[in-house]
Amino acid sequence: MLDGVKIAAFGLGALMFAIATNWGHDQAYRVHALLLTALCAAGFVWSIRTAGARQPVNVESSYMDGPIRYGVVATAFWAIVGFLMGTLIAFQLAYPDLNLGLPWTSFGRLRPLHTSAVIFAFGGNGLIATSFYVVQRTCATRLWGGNAAWFVFWGYNLFIVLAATGYVLGSTQSLEYAEPEWYADLWLTIVWVVYLAIYLGTLVKRKEPHIYVANWFYLSFIITVALLHVVNNLAVPVSIWSSASVALWPGVQGAMIQWWYGHNAVAFFLTVPFLAMMYYFVPKQANRPVYSYRLSIIHFWSLIFLYIWAGPHHLHYTALPDWAQILGMVMSIILWMPSWGGAINGLMTLQGAWDKLRTDPILRMMVVALAFYTMATFEGPMMSIRAVNSLSHYTDWTIGHVHSGVLGFNGLLTSAALYYLVPRLWKRERLYSLSLVSWHFWLATIGIVLYASSMWIAGITQGLMWREVDSLGFLVNSFADTVAAMHPMYVIRALGGVLYLTGGLIMAWNLWKTVMSEPLRAETVPAE
Amino acid sequence: MSDKEHAPANEPKQPPRQSWLSRNHRYIETNAFLLLVFAFVAVSIGGAVQIVPLFYLDNTIEKVEGMRPYSPLELTGRDIYVREGCYTCHSQMIRTMLDEQERYGHYSLAAESMYDHPFQWGSKRTGPDLARVGGRYSDAWHVAHFHNPRDLVPESVMPAYPWLAQTQVDSDQVQATMRANGRAGVPYTDEMIDAAKADFRAQADPDNGDVEGLLERYPKAVARNFDTQPGVTELDAVIAYLQMLGTLVDFSTYTPEASR
Repeated sequence: MLDGVKIAAFGLGALMFAIATNWGHDQAYRVHALLLTALCAAGFVWSIRTAGARQPVNVESSYMDGPIRYGVVATAFWAIVGFLMGTLIAFQLAYPDLNLGLPWTSFGRLRPLHTSAVIFAFGGNGLIATSFYVVQRTCATRLWGGNAAWFVFWGYNLFIVLAATGYVLGSTQSLEYAEPEWYADLWLTIVWVVYLAIYLGTLVKRKEPHIYVANWFYLSFIITVALLHVVNNLAVPVSIWSSASVALWPGVQGAMIQWWYGHNAVAFFLTVPFLAMMYYFVPKQANRPVYSYRLSIIHFWSLIFLYIWAGPHHLHYTALPDWAQILGMVMSIILWMPSWGGAINGLMTLQGAWDKLRTDPILRMMVVALAFYTMATFEGPMMSIRAVNSLSHYTDWTIGHVHSGVLGFNGLLTSAALYYLVPRLWKRERLYSLSLVSWHFWLATIGIVLYASSMWIAGITQGLMWREVDSLGFLVNSFADTVAAMHPMYVIRALGGVLYLTGGLIMAWNLWKTVMSEPLRAETVPAE
Repeated sequence: MSDKEHAPANEPKQPPRQSWLSRNHRYIETNAFLLLVFAFVAVSIGGAVQIVPLFYLDNTIEKVEGMRPYSPLELTGRDIYVREGCYTCHSQMIRTMLDEQERYGHYSLAAESMYDHPFQWGSKRTGPDLARVGGRYSDAWHVAHFHNPRDLVPESVMPAYPWLAQTQVDSDQVQATMRANGRAGVPYTDEMIDAAKADFRAQADPDNGDVEGLLERYPKAVARNFDTQPGVTELDAVIAYLQMLGTLVDFSTYTPEASR
């Protein structure tokens, strides 16, 4: 019965998308429809070939690690893509001829590809994989929903492919970090609801009396991202045969909603669930309990309550009403405290285990990630102050700030989690090489330092040059002068990117060799 | 680290609890649905307080004289501006600071982006602000600049966009786009939509079109063969869009609301 439905659905899908390929108005739409036709056709063949095959019975006794293994591979793959794109566009800013005069390789199309690849493909796959891992271990139960976890993995990565190819072919709704067009957004909504169902279902059927703190963070990440995604992406499609749409929200309201979304993409995609990662992997790697249970309660609730207010600090001195700007600024400054609450809870977990930093490069990577988190969450509130923001906004200081957070905190923490997970998921005795982890660590750290410091200098220089006036009150610098002054800093930034990318490649190699190494021993022990 | 690894006994757990906070928090942390509801309430408040009033306050919904929806050609140019990701390097939002007004002109009003779905305020100025770029440079300047920015501005790091001049653009989709804008709240009339294809051509080829009708429907629209080539290219559309940016409101007669 189910097999019949599957075959019919894939067949019908292939037919529908073939028609859409034919009738599509724009290139991105036609390419996407063709891709979906091919996928449905492959699904059709696959479901016919597997029809009537026995489902394995009584799988409830073990953890569901298949989608997590795939998620780990996807995380490492998209990491390289994202870092490579970032390095490429960094060089484009230093040497504009690298845009090649082609639509598909110009900065404006590749920049969203870089941001989405890093945030949603690398970060998102890492979050889905680790959340599935953590929720099963801390609830002592298998994932709820059977094969739905596979649907989430493949569905989410299909969304990534639709988004990435769309940008290159010129399909974008121009909302930063929410660029994918309407059908990709609808698809992501479906995938995300299934993700929420699996997560909640697993929490409900847990065998532990309490829900572990990491799961509070993952759960609030999932529901808040759903809320942000749906509200910010509301749009009127131009036609069902076109990728173009018209955003529902106009001008100033749209700007407020976009930065409510945009800042909380930082908050609820790049911070809250990464703190969940911290709450699981740091205690495990350090083999110490979490420093303070009470602090985790206080900083969890204050963090999620306050973060959502911070959006307007992206709109200082604009046409957004002053009260909203000031509200955003005040809340951003207060946010400093719960942010550091999390950082302290993570760092102090090492109490009594600090000596391990000398011998364990994975733990060292986690601690430095938390140090970058601590720095970035001080810098952020500072930059949200209107007087500071009047200088920093629109400049590369913002870019440097974001990267010290994403490269430092998200990138290093996810890498450390991958180093933790791969030997366990593939049942290998240990990582292929710990000294390669050290190489990765140092290359990445030096890369971040080059990146952040060059962007501080670039941002502050440009901000000061823009506002410089002579004794008669005339502007001193033309805009082109300020662009020329950026060149050396752009070169240094790109070199920092090369170092970080090299570190990522070393990680991918190390993980690959680990997977390829001899298994620990024959699997004789049941998982539970 | 083998089979024991998977045993829940080895997983991190909450320490014993005694305080008021921990005694009461256990109700939330032992019930997944309660946790979900509380977290959802916590994250809903801030956004609601900041966003909802913007749909009612005078200075965010005020109508300023001169503002009108985009003409069909400008709208097409705007879609190309979006497609190429121009917003990643150019803002369209002049802040209220003195140096910005000196460099770019009068600070931007909320009303000036009321027909933008979505807004193009941007967040980074790798290149200059474009909110009032309309009329600042000649069409010929734009044509040469898009062909290769460094021919005119040696310091520029902007990509060249040679394909814009080489790509013809048709008006097949423009009525559907205008109708979708209408559904999102932009006041396009039936007359405007019916005349869209004619207006599209007339604006790029004023010698052979009803420019008077175009200007009646879209006051201050600039009608020229922007790239001097025959036919309507993507470059025509983009330049038509750029040349109208920030020109609609007459700041010699505009008085700002006191209630900012």
